[in-house]
Amino acid sequence: MSQARVLVVAEDRVSTRGRVYTTEGVRRVNRVTYELLNRGRDLAGKLGAGVDVVLLGVALDDYTELIQRGADRVLVLSGPAGAVGPTPGQRARLLEQLIREEEPVVVIAAATTTGRTVMPLVAARLKTGLTADCTSLDIDPGDQALLQTRPAIGGNIMATIKTRTRPQMATVRPRSAPPAERDPARQGQVVERQYGEDLLVTPERLVEFIRDVTQEVDLEEADIVVAGGKGLGDRSGFVLVEKLAGVLGAAVGASRDAVELGWAGYPHQVGLSGKTVAPRLYLAVGISGKIQHLAGMQTARTIVAINNDPGAQIFQVADMGIVGDALELVPALIEKIAALKAAKG
Amino acid sequence: MRIIVLVKQVPATDNVKMDEKTGTMIRAGGDNVVNPTDENAVTEAVRLKKETGAEVVAVSMGPEAAQQALREAYAMGVDRCLLLSGRAFAGSDTIATARALAAAVQKAGPADLVLAGERATDGETGQTGPMVGALLGLPVVTYVQKLVLTGDSLELERIVEGGFERVVCPLPALVTVVKGINQPPIPPLHLKLRAKKLTIPVWGADDLDLPAAELGLGGSPTRVARIFSPKLSRATVWYRENGGREGLSALADWLTGEGLL
Ligand SMILES: Cc1cc2nc3c(=O)[nH]c(=O)nc-3n(C[C@H](O)[C@H](O)[C@H](O)COP(=O)(O)OP(=O)(O)OC[C@H]3O[C@@H](n4cnc5c(N)ncnc54)[C@H](O)[C@@H]3O)c2cc1C
Ligand SMILES: Nc1ncnc2c1ncn2[C@@H]1O[C@H](COP(=O)(O)O)[C@@H](O)[C@H]1O
Repeated sequence: MSQARVLVVAEDRVSTRGRVYTTEGVRRVNRVTYELLNRGRDLAGKLGAGVDVVLLGVALDDYTELIQRGADRVLVLSGPAGAVGPTPGQRARLLEQLIREEEPVVVIAAATTTGRTVMPLVAARLKTGLTADCTSLDIDPGDQALLQTRPAIGGNIMATIKTRTRPQMATVRPRSAPPAERDPARQGQVVERQYGEDLLVTPERLVEFIRDVTQEVDLEEADIVVAGGKGLGDRSGFVLVEKLAGVLGAAVGASRDAVELGWAGYPHQVGLSGKTVAPRLYLAVGISGKIQHLAGMQTARTIVAINNDPGAQIFQVADMGIVGDALELVPALIEKIAALKAAKG
Repeated sequence: MRIIVLVKQVPATDNVKMDEKTGTMIRAGGDNVVNPTDENAVTEAVRLKKETGAEVVAVSMGPEAAQQALREAYAMGVDRCLLLSGRAFAGSDTIATARALAAAVQKAGPADLVLAGERATDGETGQTGPMVGALLGLPVVTYVQKLVLTGDSLELERIVEGGFERVVCPLPALVTVVKGINQPPIPPLHLKLRAKKLTIPVWGADDLDLPAAELGLGGSPTRVARIFSPKLSRATVWYRENGGREGLSALADWLTGEGLL
């Protein structure tokens, strides 16, 4: 019998680089792919399985890093011609075809806009189960089933989910695991596959990608998110948060109130009806920490809150609580960090 | 032209607070509301109705009480409502839900456009919409913040990481919308009153062309094996800033230590 496979779907959108797709094709994968490889190796180890990583309709210049970070095989599926790259619908067709051929036991993808669209399309066509936005994956030592743990009800409950059909499919929250280490000694194979053109004929067509110039650093990919809320008083207060993010190389987040007041655009909203982020540092400034906001950021590795009300709920999830006036503290912090950076050269 | 909107009833999260000691959720009251992004989907459908004269149908799967969500959709300008309800649907995961909804769309349709919310605030999976589209064999465009209908083609703008994608898609199609797409208006009083008296057809499993084995808990490939409360609260190190800037210094030190500067 051939060895069981764990299939990792590469995330090739690298938004911090501006245009995602260059005319010559995508050049590298998103870092979350290496996080998925880390998960994949762990699961494969427990299952005695091999790890495949698949590129859905995009090609890289070099596949060495994928192999060094844990792939036994890199499966490169040819995509549509042209510069804009495949639509989720086209990716779904490629992935479905591959799964039918390879019959992996586990398929994992990033819980990004691409992964969260492609995976349900494929799961529905394969009539198999799919678990969204998992923050932890494991193997049940008893029945070898995939244990998929995810936050539910705004992160107030954790649910562990099992799938009785195969493959077991899950999307995984970016930043919920460290990327796999690079091992220069690792060996692997690159397998290129060409499917018939007809597979890629879909009614929808991707016309272009427009970079959001207000997102200097992408929220979901940033190591640091500096987020501002209503406590900043007005738009000029919110600008302080943007400046702080600027000196830190951080992304700008916002509470719903800040968005509704027009201080930041909707793409910056963090929370239940906005984005979910899990950066290394989430710095919440003038945000009260209502449960709907916490839903979008409570899995951040470290949370620091600046708020003038020591009773604010945000402090309950904070590792460091700074009680004081944000309008005074943020400029002081900007100065301090700018000075530190200048000293470093 | 016919537009079908998928509307889910979810628990209101307004009154949810965190227990200071245990760090778990306290849910005050048992209020239910229309899932927020589904209100946006309904608003978009009603806007298109005004443009094109399309018929707008709202479909929901849930307990009898979910009629309330449909009444709210009706008050927003929906023409017709349909509730899928009954024991056979209980315990459905996203794919079993999608199967039931897809079958209902087929029977109540055909639909030129199916609209859903980007995700529901209870399950937060965002899977149901795309799954319904896949089951119906429709092209699916997700995370849409702008929708323009010209003839029988959609021009869409979807929010993705770091920017927006412009997509062109012919009808029929399934589109999931984000909150930013529109601002749901306050429903007019006369429609609210009419919604109260509306008789909403309720379909059970027998009304759908689906084997019972594909519905509900039995038809769901995923199962919750365990539920536990995460401890949300963290051990907070406190700094009270009275001019000394100890907190800021500690933060700067931490950033340096982590190599984040
Ligand atoms: C269905 C639903 C979905 C929602 N989705 C989201 C979501 O996705 N994201 C989200 O954020 N919210 C969401 N909300 C809204 C949420 O409930 C809160 O209303 C919102 O998060 C509050 O924003 P805020 O913290 O900026 O404002 P406030 O709650 O008004 O808090 C402002 C804070 O600033 C502090 N402050 C005031 N002055 C200063 C100062 N000078 N210096 C320092 N601190 C100061 C105050 O002490 C206070 O804690 C949702 C609500 C519902 C019902
Ligand atoms: N039970 C349901 N009845 C009607 N529509 C639903 C139901 N469940 C999900 N949906 C639709 O699918 C979207 C995403 O839901 P979810 O997959 O639960 O996050 C919702 O915004 C609704 O439009």
